[in-house]
Amino acid sequence: MADLAEAVDVVIVGAGPAGLAAALVLAKAGKEVVVLERGEFVGAKNVFGGAIYTQPTAELYPEFWKSAPVERFNAEHRFALLTEDSSTTISYKSEKHMHAPHYNSFTVQRSLWDRWCAEQAEAAGAYIVTQTVVRDLLWDGDRVAGVRTEQEEFPAKLTIIADGVNSLLVEKAGLRRSIPKPNEVALGVKEVIRLGEDVINDRFNCENGSGVIYTIAGGPFEDITCMGFIYTNKDSIVLGLGASLYDLQQKLLKPYDMLERFKKHPMIRPLIAGGEMVEYSGHMIPEGGFHSIPTLYCAGAMVAGDAAMLVNNVHWEGTNLAMASGRFAAETALQALENNDFSVYQLALYEKLLRSSYVVQDLETYRNILPTVEHNSDVYLGFYPRQLNSLMETLVGVDSVPKKEKIRQFMQSSFRKRSIPSMMMDMIKIGGPMLR
Amino acid sequence: MSMQQNIPTSTIEEKLFTVKYKPGPTSHLIPDQNDCQVCPTKACNYFCPANVYHWDPMQSLNLVAYENCFECGACRLGCVYQSIEWVYPKDGHGVTFRHG
Repeated sequence: MADLAEAVDVVIVGAGPAGLAAALVLAKAGKEVVVLERGEFVGAKNVFGGAIYTQPTAELYPEFWKSAPVERFNAEHRFALLTEDSSTTISYKSEKHMHAPHYNSFTVQRSLWDRWCAEQAEAAGAYIVTQTVVRDLLWDGDRVAGVRTEQEEFPAKLTIIADGVNSLLVEKAGLRRSIPKPNEVALGVKEVIRLGEDVINDRFNCENGSGVIYTIAGGPFEDITCMGFIYTNKDSIVLGLGASLYDLQQKLLKPYDMLERFKKHPMIRPLIAGGEMVEYSGHMIPEGGFHSIPTLYCAGAMVAGDAAMLVNNVHWEGTNLAMASGRFAAETALQALENNDFSVYQLALYEKLLRSSYVVQDLETYRNILPTVEHNSDVYLGFYPRQLNSLMETLVGVDSVPKKEKIRQFMQSSFRKRSIPSMMMDMIKIGGPMLR
Repeated sequence: MSMQQNIPTSTIEEKLFTVKYKPGPTSHLIPDQNDCQVCPTKACNYFCPANVYHWDPMQSLNLVAYENCFECGACRLGCVYQSIEWVYPKDGHGVTFRHG
């Protein structure tokens, strides 16, 4: 049994966006809070696409872009649908997102960004301990009473489990009946490719520190559930893909081979030409959504961020959900400490806060989209990108065939491959959840 | 000269060479070799992003290059038998991503 007389107020496992958000809120409220991080430094084990979103991030770190290590603000989002040898891209760019405080998102490098967030929590009074692996939980009866590291026991009145997508602690706490299934996670691999600031500005149509996000579907991935992405850092770009672990496991695919095929696509090739690959990395993404969320709390403990599988797999939001969940966990902890009540009845507030916010509401809205796409990946990520590109070829190609005849051929071939009622159902399955 | 020669292609060995590691003294990944021997696909040999697992038919062993591990956990979830004993490396060891 843990000695709670020695306990700190809150121990947080994992110095990622969720854990550090919780630490900041608790430290600001004057609570004794310790964050345990297994990496050599904060951020050392962390990987994402990626972008952090301005509005939710600024709620915790007001005007962070003035002092934090951000790379570029994203003024443009391009959606590209690929076949093996062609691509159709839609781009949205807005002047609005090119000025403070209306930036929509920023690219960051996690090794720098997470460390900066840790510094903010430390400045508020949190203790952050690196190179410390938490091996188990401490129990006082059926209440979590802190954690056990490799070196020592760490009693705490409350424990926030924010140890990431591969959370061994959620299972040790008994908050998940079985380990996540391969179809509940994606495996992401990416490369940071250095191109130089001017080359990026020229190639990606950027100016004054602006950047571009690419969301890419189809192409070399069309037979499996897999999407590609590009983010622009200051002098490097990130090129990567996320594939369903289930599909990789079933089809015996090597993610790094897929990445190589991706690079050779005619849309990608000129974007990375002449670049130098400076780091390859890989990480799991908890894409299972609403159905994958574990029990979010038990007596003495709460689960936040990726450990709670809080990722919006449609809009590719994760860090914002992590920060929000960390904040809600901290607010619940403040109540619990105030009332000196660490029971499930008190901590139920955490789930209530999550459910009444966009975090769980969005995951619930999209709860069936990924399974739909996964079961019909040949349709959504194969047929539609192919037909769109075929339509573009019909419209753009000049070949002395009467236009009426070309359109007729296109329509005929489309409806031969997929009936009109099936296409209507495809749209309803994807669009329906938004309208309900 | 085709564009392809100009793009930064790399083998998995070259990719892993860009990653910083401080391997622990012993493997933090222990597959159950009895399961590996009967596993028809050895899927871990394919999906692992760091190419950690390599089935050696001569020794009838699933060799584990744990030094290259990203600690992503995909093998823990993706092993069909779910029989890879999986822990995080000891304090301060394992992979460090300099960019992330």
